[in-house]
Amino acid sequence: MRVANLILVAFRSLARNKMRTFLTMLGIIIGVGSVIAMLAIGEGSRVNIQNSIASLGTNSIMIFPGAISHGGVRMEAGSVQSLTKEDAQAIAQQCDLISYVSPVVTKGAQVIASNQNWRTLCIGVYNDYFSIRGLNLSNGRLFSASEHRSAAKVCIIGLTVSNSLFGEGHDPVGEYMRINTIPFRIIGLMEKKGQNTFGQDQDDVIIAPFLTVQKRMLSTTNVNQILASSSTAAAMDDATDEIIQLIRSRHHLKDTDEDDFTVRTQADISNIFGSVSKVLTILLASIASIALLVGGIGIMNIMLVSVTERTREIGIRMAVGAKGRDVLIQFMIESIFISFLGGVLGIAFGVTASSMVARFGGWPVFITPFSVVLSFVFSTAVGLFFGWYPAQKAAGLNPIEALRYE
Amino acid sequence: MAGPGSDKLLRAKDLVKVYKAGEVEVRALRGITMEVEQGEFLAVTGSSGSGKSTFMNILGCLDIPTSGSYWIDGQDVSKLNRNQLAELRNRKLGFIFQSFNILPRTSALENVELPLLYNRTVNAKDRRQRAHDALIKVGLQDKITSMPNQLSGGQQQRVAIARALINNPRLILADEPTGNLDTRTSYEIMAVFQSLNDKGITIMMVTHEPDIAQFAKRKIVFRDGRITVDEKITNRKFAEEELKHMPALAVEETV
Repeated sequence: MRVANLILVAFRSLARNKMRTFLTMLGIIIGVGSVIAMLAIGEGSRVNIQNSIASLGTNSIMIFPGAISHGGVRMEAGSVQSLTKEDAQAIAQQCDLISYVSPVVTKGAQVIASNQNWRTLCIGVYNDYFSIRGLNLSNGRLFSASEHRSAAKVCIIGLTVSNSLFGEGHDPVGEYMRINTIPFRIIGLMEKKGQNTFGQDQDDVIIAPFLTVQKRMLSTTNVNQILASSSTAAAMDDATDEIIQLIRSRHHLKDTDEDDFTVRTQADISNIFGSVSKVLTILLASIASIALLVGGIGIMNIMLVSVTERTREIGIRMAVGAKGRDVLIQFMIESIFISFLGGVLGIAFGVTASSMVARFGGWPVFITPFSVVLSFVFSTAVGLFFGWYPAQKAAGLNPIEALRYE
Repeated sequence: MAGPGSDKLLRAKDLVKVYKAGEVEVRALRGITMEVEQGEFLAVTGSSGSGKSTFMNILGCLDIPTSGSYWIDGQDVSKLNRNQLAELRNRKLGFIFQSFNILPRTSALENVELPLLYNRTVNAKDRRQRAHDALIKVGLQDKITSMPNQLSGGQQQRVAIARALINNPRLILADEPTGNLDTRTSYEIMAVFQSLNDKGITIMMVTHEPDIAQFAKRKIVFRDGRITVDEKITNRKFAEEELKHMPALAVEETV
């Protein structure tokens, strides 16, 4: 039998029942559409999280003090002040795989400029910090070596702080402000970085030379954190090991002692959030797959009704020479075509729905080619699977009984 | 080709058909032996339940006999499987039914094309051309793209006749072709049959109506699953002649 003829036969019979064909297709359209939209939303949130984590700095390694145990009692990271700026300097000098290192101290700060004031966070760092975090200045300059040495009262501020104190559009560079009563000169303004994954405004910050914050504002010898970055992403693990070995020896820890610090890499953090968003994606996709499955059962349902309704037609076809196989193929083509076209329209529907979510919901979406191929293949397979039984039933009809059917 | 029926178009030998309706056995055919020659126009009559429809279904390869054998065009049909029967129906037989049995919501042309869609040796262009020709042959040149609901009963039956003709069958089997039609339209269908028969097409027609049977050349009568009468029609009627004496009624039935 010529398959081309059977395709023609199938198309004619679908065209005769446009409404029924469309309604049957609707189940698949919604199924495929929701699979695509759900995967796009899941993928979008994953990409979003990845981007925010990447905004923490490329290849960055964070070293926190703490995780010390006294007699088996483990303490929270940061609860013990075990890191010093000398640790950071040692890392810079001795770890080959590390390209940038900066100790970090932070202090909450009330800042005042003329009649405005603002509550923000003041962090003290080396210039390396800007490289690790990928921060750029839109105006002004970084700290000079002498400003670092002398704990100069200069600072670089984020856009939010600038807008709050000086109003939007005003260039704050060269202005003075007081941080907790100490007057500071603003020497730079950072480019806008936006919110991170956790909703934190990354522009609401003041950066000052490390010693300025440590000595003038905190009066301490410890650091809150050491931030470093490896030269390449591949060297990340080795660099981490290098740091751990170095700090252990600097802290005179015996082999049996646990680390009195914690090292986290950007990869660790992105893994944690990556797995969370993966679970979310799987959840959304499995809900959407149910819709697709129901759509497939819809096809089977309609095709079964259709076989009964068209019993006489099948009888006529058989009387003029259609073999059982011809009828089988015709019905299979019909159901595959319904699910195939439903898949195509479903992709269009899913893409539209995703962009609606992106536009009106403000939620990032990302349509992967994989999800399109997956739902397309799946929907066609659904047509094949659920079309088989009704088609088989049609093909098995006895011509005389089919012709007599009222 | 050297079979017992090779010289005849159709030959049936001791055909028996038994239906099982629950506990009861219905013996629809009790041993039918007959022959049909090329070019015959045969009317099959009999009261209902006499087995004539069962006989036609078996000859039309839609049903299989319980026992006995038959040959169409020298081919032993009783040895064929389902698919081979379908192919035989497609290539050598044409069917015309009482209830027309044309596909709804399908144009006359597409209805007529139907048998050729199941014939791989005919391409799309030939198929269309032959469907066209067949419709012209039955006088429906103006109704080629019409849907069945735009056609009268007689016109629908002509679509069915065109469909039966399209594969150049050796034998046309008509089961009460005029059963749903008024007298004038019936006569017009008979005119088509007679003209086809004049061109050499063999026709077997089941009918209840004695006057319709008079248009055939030969008549067989069924009774309780047996052939009781098998005779040549003596005072044969000719549809064209009869129609001349009838008042023209239906305007749309112009041939």
